[in-house]
Amino acid sequence: MKRFAFATVSTLAVVAGSSVLAGPQAEVLHWWTSGGEAKSVAVLQEEFAANGGSWTDMPVAGGGGDAAMTALRARVLSGNAPTAVQLKGPAIQEWYEEGVLADISSVAEAEGWADVLPASIAGHMKCEGTWCAAPVNVHRVDWIWANADVLAANGIEMPTTWDEFNAAADKLQAAGVIPLAHGGQAWQDATVFETVVLGIGGPEFFQKALVDLDPEALTSDTMVQVFDQMRTMRGYVDENFSGRDWNLATAMVMNGEAAFQIMGDWAKGEFLAAGKKPGEDFLCASTPGDGYLYNVDSFAMFDVDGDDKKAGQDLLAKLIVAPNFQKVFNLNKGSIPARTDVALDDFDICANLSAEDMGSTSDAGSLLPSYAHGMALRGSQSGAITDVVTAHFNSDMSSADAVQQLAAAVANSY
Amino acid sequence: MSEWLENHLPKVVLAPSFIAVLIFVYGFIGWTAWVSLTRSKLLPKYEIKGFIQYERLFDSPRWDTAINNLYIFGALFIIIAMVLGLLLAILLDQKIRVEGAIRTIYLYPMALSMIVTGTAWKWILNPGLGIESMVQGWGFTNFEFDWLVNPDYAIYTIVMAAIWQSSGFVMALFLAGLRSVDGEIIKAAQVDGIPTWRIYTAIIIPSMAPIFLSAFIVLAHLAIKSFDLVIALTGGGPGYATDLPATYMYAMAFSRGDIGQAASSAMIMMLVVFAIVVPYLYSELRAKND
Repeated sequence: MKRFAFATVSTLAVVAGSSVLAGPQAEVLHWWTSGGEAKSVAVLQEEFAANGGSWTDMPVAGGGGDAAMTALRARVLSGNAPTAVQLKGPAIQEWYEEGVLADISSVAEAEGWADVLPASIAGHMKCEGTWCAAPVNVHRVDWIWANADVLAANGIEMPTTWDEFNAAADKLQAAGVIPLAHGGQAWQDATVFETVVLGIGGPEFFQKALVDLDPEALTSDTMVQVFDQMRTMRGYVDENFSGRDWNLATAMVMNGEAAFQIMGDWAKGEFLAAGKKPGEDFLCASTPGDGYLYNVDSFAMFDVDGDDKKAGQDLLAKLIVAPNFQKVFNLNKGSIPARTDVALDDFDICANLSAEDMGSTSDAGSLLPSYAHGMALRGSQSGAITDVVTAHFNSDMSSADAVQQLAAAVANSY
Repeated sequence: MSEWLENHLPKVVLAPSFIAVLIFVYGFIGWTAWVSLTRSKLLPKYEIKGFIQYERLFDSPRWDTAINNLYIFGALFIIIAMVLGLLLAILLDQKIRVEGAIRTIYLYPMALSMIVTGTAWKWILNPGLGIESMVQGWGFTNFEFDWLVNPDYAIYTIVMAAIWQSSGFVMALFLAGLRSVDGEIIKAAQVDGIPTWRIYTAIIIPSMAPIFLSAFIVLAHLAIKSFDLVIALTGGGPGYATDLPATYMYAMAFSRGDIGQAASSAMIMMLVVFAIVVPYLYSELRAKND
C-alpha cells in the first residue's frame, strides 16, 4: 500500500512537472517503424523539437497499421486521444463522424494550404468543409517497374497499352523470363487490379466503379474485360507467387529473374537501397493508360484538451505541410511532396515524372484515389472488393461470375 | 470468527475470480451479442438494428469459405489426430525399450508455438523451396506438390501441420488411458486365448471412452479457435481460400473497421463451440448426479 501511494505521488509529480514546461506538446501515433520510414519521421521529430515543442512518440508497428488502429480505438474510447494520428483517405472522415477530430482550419488558412495542394488531395484533408488533417506525401500507385537489361536483351519497350504489355509478356515467357513479379497477397492483387481498371476503363470508369461504386459500372462489359486481363496476367506470374512479400517480388526484378513489377513507388526505395540507378538499371513508367492513382499519407488531428497540446497540434500541422519537411521527408521515403511548389531538383527522374503527372492529371481531372490502398473507399467496401479480386485471381472463376460477385459483395458491404 | 472464516473461506477465496469471470467472460459475451445486433463500424455503437449483421454474414462468400474450411479442417484434424494418436499410443504400449525417449520425441511438437509450426511447414511445403523442389532436384522433374499455393488444396496443408503438432499430445492422453486399464482383465483375456487385437477393440478401447471424449473436446476447441497456424502458414491465402472463422473475425474487426460484422461472426463461432461443449458438460454433470 505504501509502495502504491509512493508510486502515485511520484507519477503525479512527473505529470505536474511536465505541465510546468508548457511548451507545445504533441503525442503522435504512427506505424512508420521500418528503417527508411523511421528515419523520415525522425526528421519531423527534430524539426518539432527545434521549434520548442516536446514530442511524445507512439509508434505501434504491425499489421500494416492494424495494430495502430486498435491502439487508437482504445485511446479514443477511453477519452484520451493522441494529438495526431497517421490516418489516410476516407478513414479520416470516418473518425470525424465519430466526433473526435479537431479543426485546424486556422493553420491551414494562415499557411495557404488550399493554394499549394492539388484540389482532390486537399479534399481528403477536409471534414465537412473544415481542415482536419495534414498531408505528408504522395505515393503514386500505378507504376510499372522493369529491369532495363532484361527488356533490352529481349528487344522490348516499356508498354503503353495492356495489349503491348501482353505481347511483351508472351515474348519474355518464351525467352524463359518470368514476365511479372508479383506477390500473392490480397492487397497486391488489388494493386494490380486497380491499375488494370484505370488502364482499360479509363479515369471516368475508375471513378464510377471504384469510387462511386456505381452498380452499372461494376457489372459492365468493361469490368468483364478487366477480369479477363487479370486472368491473362495470372499466367504471367511464376507458380511460387503465393504469399510472397512485395519487396521479394521487387528483388526478382532487380536480379533479372523477372521483368516487370506493378507496385507503388515504395518499390523504388528497394531499388535505390540496392544501389540501382533509375533510368539505367531499372525503368519506371506509369502503368498503361491515362490517369494517376495516389496514396497520400497524412496525419489526422484529434480533439485534445489543454492549450499546450493545442499549440503542439497547430505547430505540428504547420511543420508537416511546410516545404522543408515535405522535401526532406519525401527524399527519404521515395514519394513526392503533396504540395506542388517544392523544387524537385534533388529528386530522381521517377519522382520528377510522378510530380509532373500529378500536375497534369490534376488539371485533367484524372488524379484519382487508390482503392487498394484505402484512399477511395471505407474499409468494409474496399475489403469486399478485394475479396472478390483475390478470389478470382487465385482460382478459375470466370470473369462473368467475378463481376456478379463484385456487385453482390459491394451491395452487402454497407 | 474463526468458525465463520472456516465456513466461508472457500467462497471468499473464489469470489474475485468468480467476479472476474462473470464480467470478462459472460459480461463480454453479452456485450458482443449486443454489438452484433447494431450497425457498429469503426467504434462500437449501441443502437439495436436487428439481425442485419447476420444477414450480411450469411450472404458473404468469404464467410461460406471460412465455415466450410472449419468443417473440413475440424473433421479431418480431429479424426486423423485421434486415430494417429491412438495408434502411436498402442505401439508405445507394447513394453518397448527407450519408451520414455520416444514418447518425448512425439510430444515435442506440442511444445512449439503454432507460429513456429506454421512457418516451418510454410517452408517445407513451398514449391520453390521445400519438398517439391527437393524431389525435382533428385531428378523427378514431373513431381508436383503445390498444395500450399493451390486454392483447392491449401486447407489440407493446414490440416497436416495441425496434426503434426497435436497428435503427440493425443498419444500421451491415450497412453495414460491405456495404462489405467485394469491389468487383471487383460491377463484374464490372455488366459482365455483371445488375440491381442481383440483385446484392444473389445476391452481396452471401449473402457477408454472418457479419454476419447476429453481428446475430442481438446482437439475440437483447438480447431475452432485456430488462428495463428493459418496466419503463419498461408496468411488465409491463396486469395481467402484458407480463411477460418477466427481469421474472418480478425479481418473484420481489426483491418476493415466493421465491428458489427466481426461481432456477429464471433457469436456464430461461440454457438459452434456450444454445440460441441454443452452436450459434453451435460453428460458429465448427469454422470455425477447419478
